[in-house]
Amino acid sequence: MARLAALTGNNAAAEAIRQIKPDVFAAYPITPQTEMAEEVAQYVADGILETEYIPVESEHSSMSACIGASLAGVRAMTATASCGLAYMWELLPIAASMRTSIVMAVVNRAFNAPLNIHCSHDDSMGARDAGWIQLYSENAQEMYDNLIQAVKIAEDEKIRLPVMVCMDGFIISHAVERLLLLADEEVKNFLGEFKSAHPLLEVNNPVTLGACALPDYYTEHKKQHSEALRHSLGKIMEVADEYARLSGRSYSLFESYQLADAEYGIVILNSAAGVTRTVVDKLRKEGIKAGLLKIRVYRPFPATQIVQALKNLKAIAVLERTDSFGGVGSPVFTDISAAFMEAPTKERPLMINYIYGLGGRDVGLEDIEKVYASLQVINQRGKIEKSFAYLQARE
Amino acid sequence: MSDLIEIRWHSRGGQGAMLAVRTLARAVIKDNKYAQGLPEFGPERMGAPIKAYNRFSTQPFSLYCGIVNPHVVVLLDPSVTKLVDVTEGIYADSKLLVNIELSTQEVREKLKLKNGIVYVVNATKIAQETLGRPMPNTPMMGALIKIVPVISLEVLLDEVAREFKEKFTPRVVEANLAAIKRGYEEVSGE
Repeated sequence: MARLAALTGNNAAAEAIRQIKPDVFAAYPITPQTEMAEEVAQYVADGILETEYIPVESEHSSMSACIGASLAGVRAMTATASCGLAYMWELLPIAASMRTSIVMAVVNRAFNAPLNIHCSHDDSMGARDAGWIQLYSENAQEMYDNLIQAVKIAEDEKIRLPVMVCMDGFIISHAVERLLLLADEEVKNFLGEFKSAHPLLEVNNPVTLGACALPDYYTEHKKQHSEALRHSLGKIMEVADEYARLSGRSYSLFESYQLADAEYGIVILNSAAGVTRTVVDKLRKEGIKAGLLKIRVYRPFPATQIVQALKNLKAIAVLERTDSFGGVGSPVFTDISAAFMEAPTKERPLMINYIYGLGGRDVGLEDIEKVYASLQVINQRGKIEKSFAYLQARE
Repeated sequence: MSDLIEIRWHSRGGQGAMLAVRTLARAVIKDNKYAQGLPEFGPERMGAPIKAYNRFSTQPFSLYCGIVNPHVVVLLDPSVTKLVDVTEGIYADSKLLVNIELSTQEVREKLKLKNGIVYVVNATKIAQETLGRPMPNTPMMGALIKIVPVISLEVLLDEVAREFKEKFTPRVVEANLAAIKRGYEEVSGE
């Protein structure tokens, strides 16, 4: 039975973690994730949650502890943000290439400097090539649902890859909203037990994990990892379908909103997609064919599906909350550009990349309306003068 | 979404606006409606002017952004008007709920208001008399649901009692409930 709840994003993530029941939770508190780490600690202290909570001295250690736990054969989770994720950097590819099943909540926050505690996607976008699966969440409901699905994906015997689940710092992590929760038993039955393929602690069947691979075999390891990540798209959809039957809430690789007959589209991740959807509704009433593509699964990148969804549009803006300094555009823009390059289709919309909302800069209805207006201008001109620009910035 | 009500709170750090928007949102959601309580975090220091937002509706909405055109402005500390234009973006019929000892007419003159509908309640005095300290947030919550009747007084009192009893002594919980009731009863408007 669904339970109606009023929670912040952090509360919702902590509730998901309580129901997921990791055997090990190793985390270091960092704004804006702190509330979540504290709440899980409280559950453990109160005896509500039977978890080995490891209060590590740094994020380097939290990820190390999770890697050890996952390889030993138990369910391991953590949560972090911003510089905390950066401090884990060395361990992220190890967690992925050793094929652990760690699930990590990331509360998106900007990188310093200047010092900032608010939302950018610098942290998780910076970690996009670490070999993890990445899921993005618009609101507290999606964060809760994605975390539960992430565990099932990560622990699948054909996948065995860690999953990062992201939500926007403060905008979602600290705002109270309405959501529906599953019963504890439903989550337990949905996930089942974690069965490690080669648990390190199985003394009668000893294995070596994390051994050295020299130039003669390193490539093959990486190729297998790469293929496993690409193949996980199917499993992610299977898990989404099973979750939809359980919860009544449908998830896909991305959300297409009013895209089928759209002329102008925005591609965006996380909370600003909600604002964009509201603007699409307004523009549609005015007769403007606006649409939205909200990416949920960013790694692996659903290239073919995204091209299919966007190819008939006239003009697209890819809005990103991070800058790939000195690049030809931010991560999602360059991925979509590459996806169109390899697609058999000749149809290609005009495409522009806007950087928005850095360090928590509020993005409102007017900002998004201006983007759709700029797409109409681009379409009339029939070309893009500059494919990359900062929105909302003082000149 | 036509019944969406957007409320912008102006306050200073430490006066309880964050708790107020979150608790109000929880109360409205428990009443099976849709709500959002979104604090705007700045440099988190006592006394700095801050904003916080509430949205209430009978329908789902997905607005994860600040409020630029509020239907209601709640002014928890009138001294922030020296630093912030609290009337920015208001409609002609927006409601301004002010914690002040002045009359609605005096507030209108003081803030040089040309439009909007002014409501006043002396929340600091109520807080002083009920809680023994100048924490105006709970009486203002009572006053707000009187002028924006999205939930009943009972629903709000139930939620506050449930939340506060986990953090405070029974005496403090009772004092806050009394403060909410007085805010609800004592608010007056143009």
